Formats: sequence, C-alpha cells, structure tokens
Amino acid sequence: MDLKQLQQRGEFEWLLPATGRMRVPGVIFASRELVAAMDEKVREQIANVAGLPGIVSAAYAMPDAHWGYGFPIGGVAAFDADDGGVVSAGGVGFDISCGVRTLHTGLKLADVERDKRRLADALFARIPAGVGSTGTIHLGAAEMNAMLKGGARWAVAAGYGSDADLAHIEEHGCVAGADPAAVSDQAKKRQRDEMGTLGSGNHYLEVQVVSEIFDAAAAAAYGLAAGDVVVSIHCGSRGLGHQIGTDYLREMVVAAPAAGISLPDRELACAPLKSSLGKRYLGAMRAGINCALANRQILTHLARGAFAAVFPGVKLPLLYDVSHNTCKEESHRVDGNKRRLFVHRKGATRAFGPGHVELPPEYAKVGQPVLIGGSMGTASWILAGSAGTEERAFGSACHGAGRAMSRHEAMRRWQGRALVDELAARGILIRSPSLRGVAEEAPLAYKDVGAVVDSSDRAGLAGKVARLTPLVCIKG
Amino acid sequence: MPWETFAHEADVGVRGSGATLAEAFAGAAMAMTAAICDPQKVGAGVTVNIECAAPDLDLLLLDWLNALVYEMATRRMLFSRFDVRIEDNRLAATATGEAVDVGRHAPAAEVKGATFCELAVRQSPDGTWTAQCIVDV
Repeated sequence: MDLKQLQQRGEFEWLLPATGRMRVPGVIFASRELVAAMDEKVREQIANVAGLPGIVSAAYAMPDAHWGYGFPIGGVAAFDADDGGVVSAGGVGFDISCGVRTLHTGLKLADVERDKRRLADALFARIPAGVGSTGTIHLGAAEMNAMLKGGARWAVAAGYGSDADLAHIEEHGCVAGADPAAVSDQAKKRQRDEMGTLGSGNHYLEVQVVSEIFDAAAAAAYGLAAGDVVVSIHCGSRGLGHQIGTDYLREMVVAAPAAGISLPDRELACAPLKSSLGKRYLGAMRAGINCALANRQILTHLARGAFAAVFPGVKLPLLYDVSHNTCKEESHRVDGNKRRLFVHRKGATRAFGPGHVELPPEYAKVGQPVLIGGSMGTASWILAGSAGTEERAFGSACHGAGRAMSRHEAMRRWQGRALVDELAARGILIRSPSLRGVAEEAPLAYKDVGAVVDSSDRAGLAGKVARLTPLVCIKG
Repeated sequence: MPWETFAHEADVGVRGSGATLAEAFAGAAMAMTAAICDPQKVGAGVTVNIECAAPDLDLLLLDWLNALVYEMATRRMLFSRFDVRIEDNRLAATATGEAVDVGRHAPAAEVKGATFCELAVRQSPDGTWTAQCIVDV
C-alpha cells in the first residue's frame, strides 16, 4: 500500500483521511512494514466500508488485514441503528463465526512426545475432516432449530461437554436473538450431517506446546506455563453458515437500490438494521454463530475422546473460544457517550480489555484471551485484550497471519508429500485426507504471524501472553 | 469449453469461456471443480438437474455456481460434466459426476460459496463469452 495516502498517527497507527464517499476516516493498526506490504485493494476496501450508512468513528483494519470480499479480512466497523446504520452480510462473510478455541490438556511436552504418533492417529480417526466428511450426529428439523437457538448450550445439554465449558465461551456459548425461521431450508439441509466436522481449507485441529511465555500474570490467569500441551480447534459454522451468507448476500444486493443504498462493491451488500431484511439477516446470522459454537463444542468432545484413548483419565478444560466473522450488538463509549452499536468483525477477534463486564471473573484482571491461529509449521499465539482497546477499535484485535501468497502459487512451490515429510523431520505430525490441501496451506504461504502479533501488542490492541508451537496438526 | 482457475490472495478464481454463454457457464463450473480436485479423476455416474433464473447474467452465474455448491455439499458429490442451456436469463442444466471418494479424489478444499468478487459475465468484440468470479474456499 502506498504510504503517501496515509497519515501516521503513532508507530503502529495510520489514518486514511475521509475523502469522496467516505463518511468517516479509515484507521490501520500495523507496523510500517506490514502496511507497506498490504495490497492497494485493502485501502480501497477500507474506504468503501467507511462510506456505508450509519458507520461510527472509523473503518478499522487490523495488523493482518488483507484483500477480502467487500470488507477487508481483518476489518472492523460499527454501525448505529438509530443513525440509519446497516448490517452487512459481506461484512460478516461466508464462514459465520469461524473461530478458534483452545483447550488445556494437563500434559507436558515429554508426556505427549512419547505417544505423539498414536495421538495423531487417534485424533485423525475421530475428527471428521475434509470435503465430503460427515459427523455422527444427524439433526432432524426440531433438533436443528433447538441447536440454532441454543449453540454450545444445546451441545452441552446433549452430552457434549460440561457447563464449565460454557463459562469460557463468548456470550456463554449462546448468542441471543437467533431466529431459525430466518435460516433457509437449504442452509439447514447443508448442515444436517455436518455437525461435529472440521471442514477443509485453513481449518484444523492442532496439538501445541507452550514454547514461550511473555506475560507471566496473564499466563497464570489463563493457566498456562512453558512446556504445557494444549489443543486448538479452528473451524466455523460449516455448510449452514456458508448458505446463510450466500442467501443473504444475494438478497441484500438485489434489495439495496430500493433501500437507497448504492454499493461501490456488491460484496458490501447490506441492509438497514431497522429494515425487515436487516432484522431477518441478524436472526439468521446469530443462528449461524450458535451453529459454529455447537460445532466447536462437539469437536471438543471428540478431541477429549481421542485424548482419553491415548492418555486415560486426562481432562481437557476449555481455556477460551473466540469467533472471527461476526456482527455483535455491543455497548461502546463514543466521544464520551455510551451507545449500542452493531460491531462487524470480519477476520478480526473481539479483544475486550481488563475489567470488561463480559469477561469470566478469572480473566477479568488481565483481559480477554485472544487466540491467534498460525500455520502448520509456524506458531500460534495467545494474546490478552489490552487496557483501553475498547476506545481503539471497539475492543478488537487481529485473528491470524493472513496469506502471503495465493493457493496457486503455494501449489506451484510445494508438494504435499515433501512438506509432510519435512514437517515430520521437525517433529510436527500432519494428518490430512489431501496432500494438495497440505501444499495449498504450506506454512510459508502465510505471512509472519510473529510480525502481526507484535504489531497488535505494540498498537495496544492485544498483548502477547504465550507462543504455541505445533506438535500434531489434523488438516481438513 | 476452455476453463481456468486464477489466483486470488486468499481464495481461488474460476473462469470459463466459449463461443456461447452456456459454454462459458459450463467452463466456470468445471474450473470450480478444479479448485477442489483434479476434474479428470471425477467419474460420471449420477446426473443432477439444475434450474435457476436471475435478473441479470452476473447473478445468474452466481446462482448457477451456488446451486452446484449446494448439490455438491448435500449429495456429497463432485461434478465433471455440465450441459447448460441459457435463455432470457434462465438456466437449465444437468451436472454429472459421482460421490466424493476421498482416497481417489483427494479433494483439497471445499467451496463455501461463489462470491461477487471479480464477478463478471462479458462478451468480447469477437463474440467470445467469459464468465468468472472468486469462490470462497
């Protein structure tokens, strides 16, 4: 991105002044190097988001921002319903509530190293992954609606996990206001056999070791110490969320002119929050969030079963669960006034700072755990929401590394088999139904996640707590 | 029915071209299969009928590809042959393929949906049609 278009406001903060159709400025949180490496399309997309009706304060981009659909991936924008604000299906994306959850195992590196191969095989056998895979749960119409209303709470009531898990999930595992009737029959049909499946692409289940601690107080609050083994699950709302995105993007594009909305990019498709279409989408999108929370809860149960088969008696309590692609109604202070806003986070994580009312008491002093997915061969990170982050970007931070190159280029450069062998030589076991899928997700096809989290830390969004290094990766 | 996939920062572009609109649409569908796996490995045992209508050709392409995504997801199939007819923004087609066989097809990615990103259906001055968009994987 051409830095001349931006005004530097701090070492890690850049302002894109409001010009043309922009109603508010754009703000990018990242180092000079990361901003310079961003595609010009990111600037264009920030400017487009800044022009949407009812946007409040600014259109924000996180340090991992890259070219998305309508919104940049790593984009955050809040809208006020009373000010003509909109909800955008493009601003949430296809994989509604795609997210990460991390589980403790109570095991140390040496415990797992002894049985790593057996653990990898047990996980691969029990976690349905990849195209065409189905879960063992098949939902009828009534159960589907109950799941869409109940989220992880439904899953726990159905025997997948415990109440203790719910305390460590955003909104206690169930977002209010879900409307199963606003979800199409096609979306429900796509989900019927997909509960408890990982999906494919960049989705994974990883066994990781805490390789370094950066913030002792936050690590202690989160129950993390160097050498601890944890499990991270990255996946979303599966076919149901994808179909909700498809259905409502189209409907919003067609309805936009009548609503007086002119879209510079059809992928920004949106509807006024107070319109019937906006309300229906919110109801469907919230059902999609609950589906993702239920799905990760079932996968957690399957992972627990695989671990117990290899390490009898082991428990896997939930550290936390974060969602990336959402629009959530939240209270924020804007210019001294408390306002109810609809905060879109597209490829961005909620990152509430210390003392926020929605945090579990045990994390209240240090801030919300922010779980950052890496790539198969590099590192993942646990950060903590920084003090004052609510004033910076409505309490948001980065979500991952972001791709450095296309799948095409990755396929040209790497071969799946060679990559699996190379990672195995480094002690990282990959299990995947597709070697081409592994090549497309090659670790070096992603940006340096370390640079992204450094920027997040230094920009005051979320501070570094622990680095996680992969041991086993189940790839979809 | 020429087709190709093209690069996008995070996902994959699909493009079909041909002497007719129908050929271009069939090519885009073949490119979508190629985003998932090698289309030559997908046999032709089961045929599915697809019909859609849209206010313009861009939306018709989107609806066509998303109808295929839906059929692939719910039938757990991959498609390798497409017979498309288009008249007045109405499409009637058959897609032929087979059930996903993970061992043989080794599908690399699941298409979540066809997007408005880079969505374009155009006829060039020489009469050739092109139909393309980015699919989210």
